[in-house]
Amino acid sequence: MTTMIIGGGVVGLSVAYGLLKQGQDVVVLDGADGDFRASRGNFGLVWVQGKGAGCVEYSLWSRRSAGLWASFAQELQDLTGFDLKLVQTGGFEYFTIAAELENQVAKLLALRNASNGDYTFEVLDNVALKKQIPEIGPKVLGATYCPEDGHVNPLFLLKALSSAVQKKGGVIHTGTKVIDVTSTDAGFMVVLENGKQLNGEKVVLSAGLGAIDLGPKLGFRAPIRPQQGQLMVTEKLPTFLYHPSGTLRQVNEGGIQIGASKAELGLHDVEDVLTIAGLARHAIDVFPHLAKAKMVRSWAALRIMSPDGLPIYQHSTTHPGATFITCHSGITLAAAHAELLPDWIMNNNAAPDLSVFNEGRFDV
Amino acid sequence: MTPPQKPDLIVIGAGPAGLAAASQAAGHGAKVMLLDEQSAPGGQIYRNILSASAQQDTILGSDYTAGRPLAADIDTKSIDCRPNATVWKVGTDGAVTFNQNGVAQQVYGSHILLATGALERPIPLPGWTLPGVMTAGAAQILLKTSGLVARDAVLAGSGPLLYLIAAQMIAAGRPPKAMIETQTSGQFYGAMSHIGGAFPCWKQLLKGLKLIAKIRKAGVARYKGASNIEILGIKRAEAISFTVKGRTHRIDTDTVLLHQGVVPNTQITRSLGLKHRWDEKQRCFHPITDAFGQSSSKNISIAGDGAGILGAKVAEYSGRIAASNALALLDIITSTTRDKETRALRRSRRKEAAIRPFLDALYAPPPEILRPKGKTIVCRCEEVTADDIRSYVALGCKGPNQTKAFGRSGMGPCQGRYCGATVTEILAEETGIHPEQIGSYRIRAPLKPVTLGELASLAAVSEKEITS
Amino acid sequence: MFDPIVPNTDPNAQVHFTFDGESIYTAPNTSVAAALLAAGHTWFRQMPVSGRQRGPFCMMGTCFDCLVEIDGITVQACVTTVTEGLNVTRVPQMHLQEGKFK
Repeated sequence: MTTMIIGGGVVGLSVAYGLLKQGQDVVVLDGADGDFRASRGNFGLVWVQGKGAGCVEYSLWSRRSAGLWASFAQELQDLTGFDLKLVQTGGFEYFTIAAELENQVAKLLALRNASNGDYTFEVLDNVALKKQIPEIGPKVLGATYCPEDGHVNPLFLLKALSSAVQKKGGVIHTGTKVIDVTSTDAGFMVVLENGKQLNGEKVVLSAGLGAIDLGPKLGFRAPIRPQQGQLMVTEKLPTFLYHPSGTLRQVNEGGIQIGASKAELGLHDVEDVLTIAGLARHAIDVFPHLAKAKMVRSWAALRIMSPDGLPIYQHSTTHPGATFITCHSGITLAAAHAELLPDWIMNNNAAPDLSVFNEGRFDV
Repeated sequence: MTPPQKPDLIVIGAGPAGLAAASQAAGHGAKVMLLDEQSAPGGQIYRNILSASAQQDTILGSDYTAGRPLAADIDTKSIDCRPNATVWKVGTDGAVTFNQNGVAQQVYGSHILLATGALERPIPLPGWTLPGVMTAGAAQILLKTSGLVARDAVLAGSGPLLYLIAAQMIAAGRPPKAMIETQTSGQFYGAMSHIGGAFPCWKQLLKGLKLIAKIRKAGVARYKGASNIEILGIKRAEAISFTVKGRTHRIDTDTVLLHQGVVPNTQITRSLGLKHRWDEKQRCFHPITDAFGQSSSKNISIAGDGAGILGAKVAEYSGRIAASNALALLDIITSTTRDKETRALRRSRRKEAAIRPFLDALYAPPPEILRPKGKTIVCRCEEVTADDIRSYVALGCKGPNQTKAFGRSGMGPCQGRYCGATVTEILAEETGIHPEQIGSYRIRAPLKPVTLGELASLAAVSEKEITS
Repeated sequence: MFDPIVPNTDPNAQVHFTFDGESIYTAPNTSVAAALLAAGHTWFRQMPVSGRQRGPFCMMGTCFDCLVEIDGITVQACVTTVTEGLNVTRVPQMHLQEGKFK
């Protein structure tokens, strides 16, 4: 029984790794070097804070994954030798506008209620925050803190997953796009851009934005769109930031990563000066000493967004054996995708209940 | 804030191509802005040309002083010259963002002419990151700008510049301790098949022969057909070792000057997403341009070595041709005028470029430098080795950008300038895919690092404009 | 080792600056990199992660191996001109404290 996984980003590789651990044969089909790749452009958070306001199942799914992350990272390191630099010592969200801080607190309180009280967070004013992080600037009114938040080197994750999948006997085809997929008597056939054809009994579509074209071929609506995010990173600096935030984190090599903008621009992934200038100003508002730090790189990447922003996990009703997986939090959810999702893909008894993430929710 | 006057033409780079282009355009009355990172015009080839002493002139020779009229001419024209200006983003919309004296600025041009020249080909060999190891061009820049010359240095590599610098060091009274040359006798005979084509450039050929005679007369030790070059030392260069005809040599020195020719500086053209082509002879990418220097984007032209290595004289002709074409596109001159005033220039350019196939064949870089192996550092900034790059191919990397994601090569402050070509070559070797298909790093802003404070100042300006 | 073709002996034509506290005199319009090389300095910075030493390599603003710190900002010594009283230092080492993350 071979499962063909279309898309070799973090989502596809996490699922591939999980299926391999369950004894499945897996072939991963990855695209070209220049394709849109959220796996190379993301911020690298393993994040819980504020997620799932209005959909507690998403909050619980994210938290479940965050809880699995430490053992997942250790397992990958033991297998591949790559240390993913996972740090889960809690994260901050900084606020310079009172109304935004109030909104955030209201959101977190609502999440606490929806979680029957099992949702830990703290609110800190500037003085309390300054005790934790002396570099904090006077414009920061306060911050919220959630102990379950963390961050990881997402590129090390990508590399480790590539290695892990191969070490577990998986095959990864890189450098050529899947241009077609069809049902056959025995399962599915995919056609690659270079003319090659591959067959397998099952297929998982985890192609990010590539699912827009390929989804309908397998009976999925795939109602997703690109949302641009711009990020930047500074030169390497001596360590001063021991907790990530949604917009600022010090990566393991020392650079301060700053993100991220949101823009609806279609398939446009070019960074622009005004947007990154805005990110720089935010960084200086929070940590004034960063005004003298040099920005070394900036980039734009495309999030894969569903209409409600939540993941889609869907078995095909028209093409049995085909599964569609998409989300814009592939890093946070990587542990759940590797550890829990394979049972759901294979319809095992231990499968998590993901019905709320059904594609049918977008039917009108 | 007064809205800046929109230039017709923004020229980036004040080397021979940029100077000629700015002068040509200004001569037709176009509004020209000339941006350059250095404090004075000249580029690297004519660096410090307006301030060099008589003694420097004598040492550096006539190919250097030939640039003085060109640089001096700029002052006589109405050109908005911006020295000390570091361009860190160029947009296809004509927006050029740069820093000058610690202030970030943005200006729009109707047409952009890129004249960013060349940089030395990466020379990844063991020990090339040790202090005391420099490019030969770097040593020449020290001579041009500060009258500094290396003592007991060893020159290693190949290319016409290696002989020119050796001759200049001799003239300065500090002959190199030795020259270690990588070109083989096979290359010499191979190049001879191009000698007929190079005949129009007999003056250049003769100049080269004179340089070599001068080096011989000075008694500089020359080792030809050298391979396995390695710079030895713990904290800095202490010696250089190499093999000639199976015999290993070692020369003690604290200064090693490397050179393997130059390659186009494609940072801006890549960041703009312009079309590039792999040049099999020069083993590098260059942007695709038409006979007038126009790129694959209609409002962007490229002139000089940045469009392909052809040297300073050709750069000057190309600069004038590209500027003339840009003005025709902007309807400042007619296409008839353009054709008329560029006809002789195009002829001169063809003649001047005739020597290139001969030089490219004679001084082709050796495989051990193009495709290094083992623990040799490929990416200087992030200290990524050749073995590292090869191991990422084993994990499935078939392109430079996935390789960059896996191992940080090209993520440092130099933005891949000194590892990009090598990573492409290694991936091509490991995968059997042609370099053209392998491609190169995607280049993004900033082209040079910029402080967050400078960057943020641009957000403040735009917000004021929006609210007012 | 680099030294001038003509030593600059005219005290009226000299600019003074410091490098990690050391007094250095140089000719006007000299880049920080050229002045430091002439003063006998071979390494300018340490690699942030490995700590290995680096000195100027390209002298034309492209390699970033001559980074030094001036007024709290890392700059390329080869494209920075020495001015009277300039205070140049080596960029502080990283001291990455990963242990404290745990």
